[in-house]
Amino acid sequence: MARSDVQLMLDVKAGDEQSFTLLLHRYRSPLINFLYRMVRNREQAEDLAQEVFIRVYRAREDYIPSAKFTTWLFRIATNLALNSVRDNRYQRMEISLDAPVTVDAEDGDEKTLDVAEKHPNIEQHLVEETRKKMIRHAIEKLPEKQRAAVLLHKYQELDYGEISKILECSESALKSLLFRAYETLRVELAPLVAQQGK
Amino acid sequence: MSCGRMENKILGYVDGRLKEGERLEMEKHLSTCAACQLRVNQFRAVNVLLDELPTIEPSAAFDIRMQARVAAEPAKQSWWAWFMPAPRVAFAAAMLALAMAWLGSRPADTSLNAGDIDKINQNLPVLENYDVISDFSPLSDLSQQAPDDDPSDSNQSQQM
Repeated sequence: MARSDVQLMLDVKAGDEQSFTLLLHRYRSPLINFLYRMVRNREQAEDLAQEVFIRVYRAREDYIPSAKFTTWLFRIATNLALNSVRDNRYQRMEISLDAPVTVDAEDGDEKTLDVAEKHPNIEQHLVEETRKKMIRHAIEKLPEKQRAAVLLHKYQELDYGEISKILECSESALKSLLFRAYETLRVELAPLVAQQGK
Repeated sequence: MSCGRMENKILGYVDGRLKEGERLEMEKHLSTCAACQLRVNQFRAVNVLLDELPTIEPSAAFDIRMQARVAAEPAKQSWWAWFMPAPRVAFAAAMLALAMAWLGSRPADTSLNAGDIDKINQNLPVLENYDVISDFSPLSDLSQQAPDDDPSDSNQSQQM
């Protein structure tokens, strides 16, 4: 039976390094994806993810399981991401929305150029890529806090209580935040929403 | 329920996160409000669209870099670990502590042997000839009166 996050963290606190590796493998992918969607740069997302895990590791001796591990983990990640987005140090690394789409720049390791293998129909492939690009840009255009709320709600599937603790707001404020974010997405993605409705 | 009150519950309804009572209340409202029903459908469509966003995998270098960073972190140290870089110092400190403990545990020898008494007696004339002591009149008076002193005298003098 798999050990819970809290148990793993308590084992790390007791000096078991292997438990930290298990936590790392359990959460590195969701964390990197969350950070990637927040900061829009793969390299930076991995740097931030490393910083999150190092902070968790450094705090191991003082760890007290007073909250869910994921709440703690994503709270660190969200704070780092929000600071990073607001920090001009990384502005030069951001990719302009007008820049041409390439694997290295905008899509990171999202394998989208392998047309011949996956998409015999190039037109279909282009349509799909355009859809993905629209969705990605709609998320990127959200204000940072709304973006974090949507990502934690949609992709990490955290409950309202956890997300409100991570974003340090009340549950009602969070629901309002999410409603405004979905309203913006609904407008931004109107052509695709209309297609979905058909 | 008004449309305004519905707003913050629409997403919960789309996600299936509403409580049973709230869900029934929402469905009752939706059955009479085409605008809110349309918004629910559109939120559902947005939710489906968000699922289309691809995920990325951590790079091969991520784990290697992470392991290196963890390895570079200082290990959890006990107080004893402070001594570990200098075991000779630790050994010397331990020996010193043992020696001090042994010396401290020895009973103090306050008895005088015959040799010590002889030495003191030999030095007494020197003390007696010492000008200040021998010529100090209060001391000479005390030495003469002391054997005759009555304890009651001292009590009286204290009372005075």
